[in-house]
Amino acid sequence: MLSIKNIHANIAGKEILKGINLDIKAGEVHAIMGPNGSGKSTLASVLAGREEFEVTEGEVEFAGKDLLELSTEDRAREGLFLAFQYPVEIPGVSTTNFIKAAVNEKRKYLGQEPLDAVSFLKKMKEKMALVEIDQSLLSRSINEGFSGGEKKRNEVFQMAMLEPKLAIMDETDSGLDIDALRIVANGINKLRSPERSILLITHYQRLLDYIQPDYVHVLYKGRIVRSGQKELALELEEKGYDFITDEVDLSLGL
Amino acid sequence: MKEKPEALEQAVLNEYKYGFVTDIHTDLIAKGLNEDTIRLISEKKNEPGWMLDWRLKAYAGWLKMEEPTWPNVKYPPIDYQDIIYYAAPKPKKQLNSLEEADPELLKTFEKLGISLNEQKRLTGVAVDVVMDSVSIGTSFKEQLSEIGVIFCSISEAIQQHPDLVKKYMGSVVPMTDNYFAALNSAVFTDGSFCFIPKGVRCPMELSTYFRINAENAGQFERTLIIAEDNAYVSYLEGCTAPMRDEHQLHAAVVELVALEKAEIKYSTVQNWYPGDKNGLGGIYNFVTKRGICKGDHSKISWTQVETGSAITWKYPSVILKGDHSIGEFYSVAFTNNHQQADTGTKMIHLGKNTRSRIVSKGISAGHSNNSYRGLVRASKQAANARNYSQCDSLLLGDKCGAHTFPYIEVKNKTAIVEHEATTSKIGEDQLFYCKQRGIDAETAVALIVNGFAKEVMNQLPMEFAVEAQKLLAISMEGSVG
Repeated sequence: MLSIKNIHANIAGKEILKGINLDIKAGEVHAIMGPNGSGKSTLASVLAGREEFEVTEGEVEFAGKDLLELSTEDRAREGLFLAFQYPVEIPGVSTTNFIKAAVNEKRKYLGQEPLDAVSFLKKMKEKMALVEIDQSLLSRSINEGFSGGEKKRNEVFQMAMLEPKLAIMDETDSGLDIDALRIVANGINKLRSPERSILLITHYQRLLDYIQPDYVHVLYKGRIVRSGQKELALELEEKGYDFITDEVDLSLGL
Repeated sequence: MKEKPEALEQAVLNEYKYGFVTDIHTDLIAKGLNEDTIRLISEKKNEPGWMLDWRLKAYAGWLKMEEPTWPNVKYPPIDYQDIIYYAAPKPKKQLNSLEEADPELLKTFEKLGISLNEQKRLTGVAVDVVMDSVSIGTSFKEQLSEIGVIFCSISEAIQQHPDLVKKYMGSVVPMTDNYFAALNSAVFTDGSFCFIPKGVRCPMELSTYFRINAENAGQFERTLIIAEDNAYVSYLEGCTAPMRDEHQLHAAVVELVALEKAEIKYSTVQNWYPGDKNGLGGIYNFVTKRGICKGDHSKISWTQVETGSAITWKYPSVILKGDHSIGEFYSVAFTNNHQQADTGTKMIHLGKNTRSRIVSKGISAGHSNNSYRGLVRASKQAANARNYSQCDSLLLGDKCGAHTFPYIEVKNKTAIVEHEATTSKIGEDQLFYCKQRGIDAETAVALIVNGFAKEVMNQLPMEFAVEAQKLLAISMEGSVG
């Protein structure tokens, strides 16, 4: 599904990603963990096509296409979804209208007719139940005045509506209390499927109590320094990042 | 593949799709303005003596006046001797129905999307069409006259209903109210007249379509709408002009009179040619619009969507004279490239328990400048007057400007005036969020702008709202890279 080869990326001339390699197959759930400032969110931004980041080296293949050649919106239409760490407020644009525009832009790209009002509503109802989101939230301006939990739930709802091939969840657990975390995690679990890959970006292990990843990677100083299975996350929880980062610093001669 | 961060700032290529010229013989008079010009206009229109006297008096007043310099707009001096004050599509004969009009003309209106016949049949909107200086024809006239509604060109009203015209013309906007109103009073050539008698709810929307076609010609139309006791009318106005390198002057006057318990709803979609992306050409839209709620419990509501013109200078106002009367002003003004708009309203509270509401949404893109200027005045007698004003500005990019000039004068202690203002900008973060959902920048901006303007758009009659939304989308084309 996603194949990242030796990606280097800069922001404002500073190199943040220093050669990332990662393969995610259809249906797999990968978690990327790492201390603050290791480049986790940068990786998400680069994959989504945020313009401030400059890719200086490397290749990314997504669903058989050269991802870096696609515009931000075409990446989305091809099925790449990013759940934002800080979802953006857009005053005056209702959540329903926003999602409708997104769904129909994607359909247009794929050569499909736009969804009529009835089918769209039906789909909304179905997905609302999935992520336990309230109708009243959807008629409000998108993310405006939403609580932290509502914003994250809304991200998962959009993911459900857009049915992506690859969903990147950027610190979706941050700022959530335990109940909100459970609801959000349940939503994501229900969206797992053999055709869909998920990349979880998180600082803490606790999200992984709810969503069991197939693989766990540790990102440090712009590189993946350790990969393993879900036990790696537990080890990190127990020993902290230091046991890995110290070792890396030592090998780098720092 | 990396898009430039200044993508948002690139405000370019505002495609104006109404910029064609109709190839039609036009009866023009020589450029220039003096008493003889006015006599000639009056003569061509076969006007009675009182009308000519009125014009000449206005002209004498205008000569003593100075062009206003207080608006927040810049333009080179206008040479009033370099304008043609009368232009009429030939042959000028009395038309009994639209079918008799020149086929070229009808084609023009079809291009403009106002197929009169279609509109007649489908929407039941009565239309008066004014091209350059004269009214081309009014539809639905007969059906309306059966219920006592008079809807015709102002020239016709001067001939057929002189008492009404004499009584009301200049009663809301005095002939020397301001520089451009005085000029209009002297040289106005046509416009619409509508009269709704006591107790009649006009069963269809009345609509006038203004079009400037001739080169170097100014358009000076005059509209007068009177709603008697318990009458109701909804009136729509649309405007376009060809693309030309020279600036053209449009100085109109609109007067509304609402008697007891009457209601007038006046909606404008103004799309005069705005000039090209470098600011070459475009219409100077200097317009005086004012209504008076003369009777108790009367209501006047202005809704405007302003996307065109190089410069817009207009303040549709309401004088709230009757007790319990209501004035409303809903405005969306969009400026792009080098357009300048200084627009707003005046709510003059004279009667008791009068209420007014102002909702202004300014959207600026490119190098444009967009100002809201509004006056709310509560006089000594205006006990319990209430006003609520909300002025929101949205900036697209960082080379444009948004300004708010609210003036509040309250002389009665029981009056309550509220003013809220916000300024926001479409940020790169919002655009990225939209793009990540597969919504490209242009669609995203349209979505955001429509959301921003929704409160005003909702005030427009249905058919008009759809048009206005399309128009807004066209005007925004290319305002993001």
